[in-house]
Amino acid sequence: MAFMKASSPHAHGITSTADVMQQVLLATIPGLLALSYFFGPGSVINVVMCGFTAVLCEAAVLKLRRRPVMFFLQDYSALVTGVLLGLALPPYCPWWIVAIGTGSAIILAKHLYGGMGYNPFNPAMVGYVILLISFPVEMTQWAAPRTVLAEGQQLVGPLSGLGHIWFDLPLDGYTGATPLDLFKQNNSLLVEHLYASEPLYATARWAGAGWEWVNIGFLLGGCYLLYRKIFTWHTPVSMLAAIFLMSVLFYDNGSSNSGGSPWLHLLSGATMLGAFFIATDPVSSAVSKRGRLIYGAGIGILVYVIRVWGNYPDAVAFAVLLMNIAAPFIDYYTVPRTYGHVKARPATEKSDK
Amino acid sequence: MIQFLLDNPFLSALVALVSLAVTFGAVLGYAAVQFKVEGDPIVEQLDALLPQTQCGQCGYPGCRPYAQAIADGDAINKCPPGGQATINTIADLLDVEAPTLDEEHGEESEVKKVAYIREDECIGCTKCIQACPVDAILGAAKQMHTVIASECTGCDLCVEPCPVDCIDMLPVESTVSDWKWHKPEPYYQRASNIIASDKTSGAAA
Amino acid sequence: MTKIWTIPGGVHPEERKEQSLQLPLAEIALPKELVFPLSQHIGAPADPVVKVGERVLGGQLIAAAHGIFSAAIHASTSGTVSAIEERPLPHPSSMPGECIVIEADGEDEHIAYQACEDYMQLSKAEMVKRVRAAGITGLGGASFPTAVKLNPKSNQPVDTFILNGTECEPYITADDMLMQTRAADVVLGAELLAHILGDPERVVIGIEDNKPKAIAAVTEAAKGKAIEVVSFPTKYPSGGEKQLIQILTGREVPSRKLPADIGVVVQNVGTAVAAYEALRFGKPLIQRITTVVGEALDTQRNILVRLGTPVAHILAEHGFQAKRASRLVMGGPMMGFALDTPDVPVVKSTNCILAPSKTELPPAAPAQACIRCGMCAEACPASLLPQQLYWYAQAEDFDRLKAHNIGDCIECGACSFVCPSNIPLVQYYRAAKGTLRQMDIERQKSDRSRQRFEFRQERIARAEAEKEAKRLARKKAAEKARQQQADKPGAAKADVVSAALASAKPKAISAEDELAKLQRAVASAQNRLEKLQQKHDESEDAAQRDKFSAQLKQAALRLQEAQAKLDARQAIPAPAEAVAGVAASATTDANDPVAAAIARAQAKMSMPPAEKLQANIDSLQQRLAKAEAKLAAARANDGDTVAALQAGVDKMNEKIAAAKQELAALAAPTAATKPEPAARPTAAAPSPAVPPVKAAPKPEKPDAASVAIAKAQQRAAALASMAPRDKLHQQVKSLEGRLEKALERLAKAEADNDDNLDAFRTGVEKTRARLQQARAELESEQ
Repeated sequence: MAFMKASSPHAHGITSTADVMQQVLLATIPGLLALSYFFGPGSVINVVMCGFTAVLCEAAVLKLRRRPVMFFLQDYSALVTGVLLGLALPPYCPWWIVAIGTGSAIILAKHLYGGMGYNPFNPAMVGYVILLISFPVEMTQWAAPRTVLAEGQQLVGPLSGLGHIWFDLPLDGYTGATPLDLFKQNNSLLVEHLYASEPLYATARWAGAGWEWVNIGFLLGGCYLLYRKIFTWHTPVSMLAAIFLMSVLFYDNGSSNSGGSPWLHLLSGATMLGAFFIATDPVSSAVSKRGRLIYGAGIGILVYVIRVWGNYPDAVAFAVLLMNIAAPFIDYYTVPRTYGHVKARPATEKSDK
Repeated sequence: MIQFLLDNPFLSALVALVSLAVTFGAVLGYAAVQFKVEGDPIVEQLDALLPQTQCGQCGYPGCRPYAQAIADGDAINKCPPGGQATINTIADLLDVEAPTLDEEHGEESEVKKVAYIREDECIGCTKCIQACPVDAILGAAKQMHTVIASECTGCDLCVEPCPVDCIDMLPVESTVSDWKWHKPEPYYQRASNIIASDKTSGAAA
Repeated sequence: MTKIWTIPGGVHPEERKEQSLQLPLAEIALPKELVFPLSQHIGAPADPVVKVGERVLGGQLIAAAHGIFSAAIHASTSGTVSAIEERPLPHPSSMPGECIVIEADGEDEHIAYQACEDYMQLSKAEMVKRVRAAGITGLGGASFPTAVKLNPKSNQPVDTFILNGTECEPYITADDMLMQTRAADVVLGAELLAHILGDPERVVIGIEDNKPKAIAAVTEAAKGKAIEVVSFPTKYPSGGEKQLIQILTGREVPSRKLPADIGVVVQNVGTAVAAYEALRFGKPLIQRITTVVGEALDTQRNILVRLGTPVAHILAEHGFQAKRASRLVMGGPMMGFALDTPDVPVVKSTNCILAPSKTELPPAAPAQACIRCGMCAEACPASLLPQQLYWYAQAEDFDRLKAHNIGDCIECGACSFVCPSNIPLVQYYRAAKGTLRQMDIERQKSDRSRQRFEFRQERIARAEAEKEAKRLARKKAAEKARQQQADKPGAAKADVVSAALASAKPKAISAEDELAKLQRAVASAQNRLEKLQQKHDESEDAAQRDKFSAQLKQAALRLQEAQAKLDARQAIPAPAEAVAGVAASATTDANDPVAAAIARAQAKMSMPPAEKLQANIDSLQQRLAKAEAKLAAARANDGDTVAALQAGVDKMNEKIAAAKQELAALAAPTAATKPEPAARPTAAAPSPAVPPVKAAPKPEKPDAASVAIAKAQQRAAALASMAPRDKLHQQVKSLEGRLEKALERLAKAEADNDDNLDAFRTGVEKTRARLQQARAELESEQ
């Protein structure tokens, strides 16, 4: 009679990587709903196309690398990457944007670095940044939200959207700037006046028509993930706190040089998506609690700095990638104090012989 | 003087450069003397990394001489008892590319060995005692010899001189006290029992 | 209400404790055979004190503790020792180890236990002694000899004594059952152990709040006593020693230190009861409560089991269905180890035997990639970064592992438990820790080897230098002597004569010696010749015979030569002895080269047979090897020549043996004749009092022996060249040096508490005595 040999523990908790990823997918739904409600079905189409392409790319690369395809597909990580990229892309962007973005996310950012768990950068953000730099025109056009449409104008329907995506059929009056974009282009108006003159702000409650609800949607999803203990609160909270602090500091009483109100920064652009779905990507973030606080704060500050003083209206992708680079460095100096030790030792310390 | 320099930009640049060079050279020279780092001499560090079997397979009469030789520029891949691990650590220390073990000097052995004297066959010739680099063999002329197993480095040097071939190199048996868990296989090999990884397929090609 | 601290991390696995609490504590039938591993505790294995075939009674000592870090083992029932042999051990490696096997006779006869009513009046030393004698070890799992823990160093006063009734592992209820059924004994045991530890300020019994019955029972029993019963929230691994200390005192045991270093001692409740029983009733540790649980069993309950009972027997008693079981675990599901065979015994630390069904504890899912989610870091009670440790363990980056404090991992398994990727993290850490341990041992060994090697080099160099110095000194002395002789050519003739006389006399003696030696050599040569002849006759092989006959001829030739020289030598000495005086010296002088030549010839003569024989043996061995290879081949092919070949091999073996014997016989006469030429040169020294040299240097190689001889000769020569007073002086000096060195060594030995302390001491005494003697002599000389 021979029994199975295994190292303890013999009991195992119920969570699995696939569970974690499924929860993340589930948590994107409120945000996606808000996006669809205000900007039409473009984001849904994006998400579906990106998700599909991501899984396809993943399978192809696994095949090439001679790894078990189904085993790895079942962890849903590729799907998550695709979905997150899809949420970040402007609605109704051409199909080749989706293909290039997803392809570079999965192949370049993930598998060339060794696949799941080895990528130093957030794959979705790598894909996004590649697109943003290569195709700035396509990437900075965003659909106009439902509230600012002209009288009689309607949201883009799924069919005309698909037509535009696949066959470059023209869409009328669907594009416009984002609230952050508009704010950036402001160079002489007081904030008050700018808000009054632009319908995008005028029809909004706090930050920008549609955008505020999208962000609230992602915030809800993020809270759900926190509740499910999928990740710890450290990164998102410190990132949001940093953005809040920066925007309070540089609000400048709404002068023409104002950096924008805290509301604008917290509730427009990709702030909440970034805080809860991008910055929390465990693979590419710092590992300890203290490290994650620093990591999140770094992203928050960078987001604000690039938004206000940089060249791009939104900056979550750049900020995340920049902090990805810094993550190992943060890790070295934020090893927690171990039980029985007087103080934490930096990981760079040479072991005593 | 200043006027002259201002009038001759070429000369003034030359003077500036030279004076800079002299100043910095002096500073650097002073620093080199004053703040010299007294580290372990490299030979000590190398010696500490070598396995101390004193087997002489590297062609030097012991580990320290070999450490000296490495410090003087000899190849670092001549130590079979240390194996690839030692080569890697030495390469780390010297900041060079780690070569593979030079098979000319012997092969790396998986198991550790100790010498064992079949005592009823020993004739007491003391040759092994003289050969042992770490004095790990006890005995006297015409008396049976025996190996102090805990001190034996497994260097093999006593086997050859024995006139009656009564010395065996026995593998060290593992016991419960020195048993250890083995490292689990990487996840992708456990995943589906496929062996193909980037490494193995590369090696096969 | 006592203050409770919280520990970081921790997990909440399904408790499943009710499974084994449905039935009352029971006992099971006696097994036929009981197995007692000699090493079932931390420390040195116990030494068996019984012999195979001996009848033993229950409670009888069968293996005594080996040193302080060890524990005694007692038989748990009466029977016969049927074997002391290697059996599979209850250890994760399932390697075999030395065990005493007892065949139970079913009578369950026990020795008379010495009860002690007023055990609390005993001295503490006596109490510790009795605990040690009872073979008590920590029953919680680590099996640390309890007596060691009860003997804290005098500079570490214990202020808190904690009795651990936490039992945080799922499934296990052994301590729970013990506290429920024997709460009074637990409290008495706690009092006893606290007393041994010097009545610390705080005595705490810590119990997790998922055992309300046990808490109630123990609180009741402890009423009115200076014992706190503290319950705290259930969380795994609160029951770890370090974690429990943190929960109850807020203190942390410093890394690589023991709880005693911060004034805390923790014992398991079971240990306390065992200690109480040992002192009150004189009972050694021969049984314990063990939880037998798991859905692959028909009956799940706690049993009072005799140590040594095979697990297979227990399983059989509880209706074990192997097909349903996913694995067999000794200990709990978090830290227990899987057994691959049930043929291992229950030992002192076996608190649970877990036979889960496949739905209960399914086999581990395949591991996926680490996504660094950080759940493990959240769960780690030691605040480590398990994902970083995993990373570095995979890469075997041991420097980084150490920097991340892998040594502080308690292997509780919380990280593996929560890992969504099913990575066997703990196994990685265990492997890395094992390798680190091994590397440590190897480094120590290599340091020792380096020392030994360097010492040897130094010794050889010193010997070489001494030799060189002596040689130079001798050369100088000789030069000086010659100078002196040359300086006074015009000195009185009588002087020359007396000098010549003085030198001639010893030479004459040495000539006599030589003669005797020559005769001996001739005799031995004859002897050898005879032996060779005999062998030649015996030899069957043609080629062999040729060789022998050639040898024979040579030997005969040599013998003749030697004989001739001996004759010549015998003829010469006559006048030399007859004529004393100036003439004599001339004769001996003339004689000298002849003698040398003879000696040389003799040496030559004595050598070749030995070498030849050696060569002979070598060739025989080669042939033997070939024959054996042939034999093996024949055997493999099942050829019919096997018998013949076998006979050939046997014969050849005999031959080799005979040849070897001969060689050994040869070695003796060689030893007798050879030193002559080596001793000759010393005759040139002014006072040619050549000490007779016995040991023969092997001609092949100047070895340690020849070095020693040369040294001795030099020393003799140097001594001879000195005046007696100088000699004594020298001796005193060297003795003083030696005494100094010996004293130094003695001091070092005393510091290290060396085993050879006595030997060092007597050595010093002796040296001192000799020094005094030499000094007295010197004084009388002056």
